Amino acid sequence: MLRRILALTIKEFIGILKNKKSRMVLILPPIAQIIVFGYAATFDLKDVPVAIYNEDQGQISRDVIARFQGSRVFKVIGTMESDGQIAPVINLKKALIVLHFHRDFSRDILRGGSGNLQVILDGRNSNTALIALNYVHTIIADFNRAWAAENGRGRPPARLVVRSWFNRMLDSHWFIIPGIVALLTIVVTLEVTALSVAKEREAGTFDQLLVTPMTPFEILVGKSLPGLIIGLVEGSFIIFVTCFWFDIPLRGSLLVLYSGLFTFLLSAIGIGLMISSISLTQQQGLMGAFMFLVPAVVLSGFATPIANMPKLVQDFTLLNPMRYILVIVRSVFLQGAGFDLLWTQYVPMAIIGIVSLAIAGMLFKRRLY
Amino acid sequence: MTSLRNESSLSRMRLKGLIRKEVKQIIRDPSSIGIAFFLPVILLIIFGYGVSLDAEHVPLGLVIEHPGPEANEFMAGFQDSEYFDPIFYPSIQEAEKALIERKIMGIVWTRSDFARTLFSSSEAPIGVIVNGVDANQARIVEGYITGVWMKWLVSYARSHGLALKVPIRVKHRIWFNSAVRSRNFLVPGLIAVIMTLIGGMLTSMVVAREWERGTMEALLVTPVRVKEIILGKVIPYFFLGMGGMVLSVFIAIVVFHVPFRGSYLALGFASSLFMLTAIALGLIISTAAGSQFVAGQIAIVITFLPAFMLSGFVFDINSMPYPIQIITHIVAARYFVSILQSLFLAGNIWPIYIVNCLWLAGMAMVFFKIIRKKSHKRLI
Repeated sequence: MLRRILALTIKEFIGILKNKKSRMVLILPPIAQIIVFGYAATFDLKDVPVAIYNEDQGQISRDVIARFQGSRVFKVIGTMESDGQIAPVINLKKALIVLHFHRDFSRDILRGGSGNLQVILDGRNSNTALIALNYVHTIIADFNRAWAAENGRGRPPARLVVRSWFNRMLDSHWFIIPGIVALLTIVVTLEVTALSVAKEREAGTFDQLLVTPMTPFEILVGKSLPGLIIGLVEGSFIIFVTCFWFDIPLRGSLLVLYSGLFTFLLSAIGIGLMISSISLTQQQGLMGAFMFLVPAVVLSGFATPIANMPKLVQDFTLLNPMRYILVIVRSVFLQGAGFDLLWTQYVPMAIIGIVSLAIAGMLFKRRLY
Repeated sequence: MTSLRNESSLSRMRLKGLIRKEVKQIIRDPSSIGIAFFLPVILLIIFGYGVSLDAEHVPLGLVIEHPGPEANEFMAGFQDSEYFDPIFYPSIQEAEKALIERKIMGIVWTRSDFARTLFSSSEAPIGVIVNGVDANQARIVEGYITGVWMKWLVSYARSHGLALKVPIRVKHRIWFNSAVRSRNFLVPGLIAVIMTLIGGMLTSMVVAREWERGTMEALLVTPVRVKEIILGKVIPYFFLGMGGMVLSVFIAIVVFHVPFRGSYLALGFASSLFMLTAIALGLIISTAAGSQFVAGQIAIVITFLPAFMLSGFVFDINSMPYPIQIITHIVAARYFVSILQSLFLAGNIWPIYIVNCLWLAGMAMVFFKIIRKKSHKRLI
């Protein structure tokens, strides 16, 4: 039995790696993508273009502008002289933010009142706008504190002392890059598995395989192993890059991480093979792969949190193995979590894996249609 | 039959025949129709409901070490806020444990001496801990907490007769999306991502399939020109893809109530250009791959993820490092996302529209040049 499985595994590997193009597709894109996406994927802003409309003649507005010029987040791209210039600058995306200081800005503050700073933001990407607005609030709050202290204004009776755990600087790379480990691993696994049965069905060689002494179970194992091995190798490479190129701290144990990766690969392979054995043609296999991959990524919590989804969609994501592996990878990397905190994530993935593998095995002989 | 003398020009009859053959093939394999019409609808509806960056009902742990009117009044702000679902914990240790177990996103904590320090000359510290694993959400939650705190400051100052005037007051206006619904920009972005997939899926197999099944060899012995084969593939899938596009826009406007402020004509033109690049990309994959297996692999790798990560649909392109910004220029979805977000939310901003359309047109031309060069009418 082992020899038969081994023979089939070797045959599968040859099928995947013999073709030079196929080999390249498996190796090059993950390397390129972990690097490119690792740098690209961030919610932190830098060089946000700011335009200044200053009607104030006083010193305070100039001090505030200097703070914006000194910030790494903002880049002051110019000043304007009239109301009418605001709309074109925002519309054409020359600036994301316009800071408008009113005529009496400095005078109001010096008189003991409040000066109004009008902030106009381009809301076409409202997330970017909100984050930028938060940065503006931070700069102004710092300024207010410093100014109140220097000029003997009353201090607020209480202040917030904010600490953020696990990611002190709130660098969103730390959140996204461990997620890319899961993202690229599932893509590679689907690449290997989703077309593997469909290809043989279309060529007619799958029927030949079925009339050999191999049992469906052996075929299942033989078809799964290449995906598992390739997934583990590429997953390890991506984890390596995450740790040593992007310097994301790995605070938990490798055992916890790899148990997660292994369970995740089982579920991904199961789903990939299930798609493949339902499909009659490779075109259908490809469509099935996308039908699974795209929702699995978009509704995984990779970029937008599951907690923000409506209840119904949240329940639907319970079927998504990506959802669990993302929690595991992020918790192990940033939080140093162990099995005690994470076992609730392993179990559903293992169930998804076993059920889908079983269905795939059954579909080898009996097709749905 | 068209005579051989007329070899260099296109024959309408041959083209018609090829298109008719392709259309029959599309109709007979239900997967193409499924890809073009059902997939965009299903994906857009799931994502439109599912994808949101607006945090609401954030579970927040509150700890009052020494209950008193001052601390209670401060905490009441969180209970009234629509953003939070507060949970009280008797001690900071228990709250921290809940934070580690991901039951709550953050903790707000007043110490036992809160009331005393409040009335003394120093500032009373209010402890805030956020779970930084999801840095973006943590920052948003921090912003909401600060909002509650500022509201409390104002009412506290008023009720205690304090003259508490901040030097600078920020008044903001967010144009184009004043309610700050993230769905309004995510749904147009999703259309671009989904249509990239549809285009790629529709065409990435079609040339490789003919080579694999040997039907290409049958075509080779006919007087059909390479150009006609390419056009015969592009035209039917173009209309199929545009059908999906129309449905997507319809859903965005009718189901998700995303405002559409631009012109439909401009939208139609830009969509056509984009659809051409998406289909051309699929054809390049199909021609270059040689086999359906490899074509499928390439399609999985290079259509979805780049459109998802590098199009500016969630991650802001301006904030990427400069070399990565350059790379984003080869992702057609980037231009289409920009066009869609402007057309939907801001209206016809012609300079943005024209620049992005030119990029799309340029890409389409380059893609078709590549296809023309890679296609040949001979056995390998």
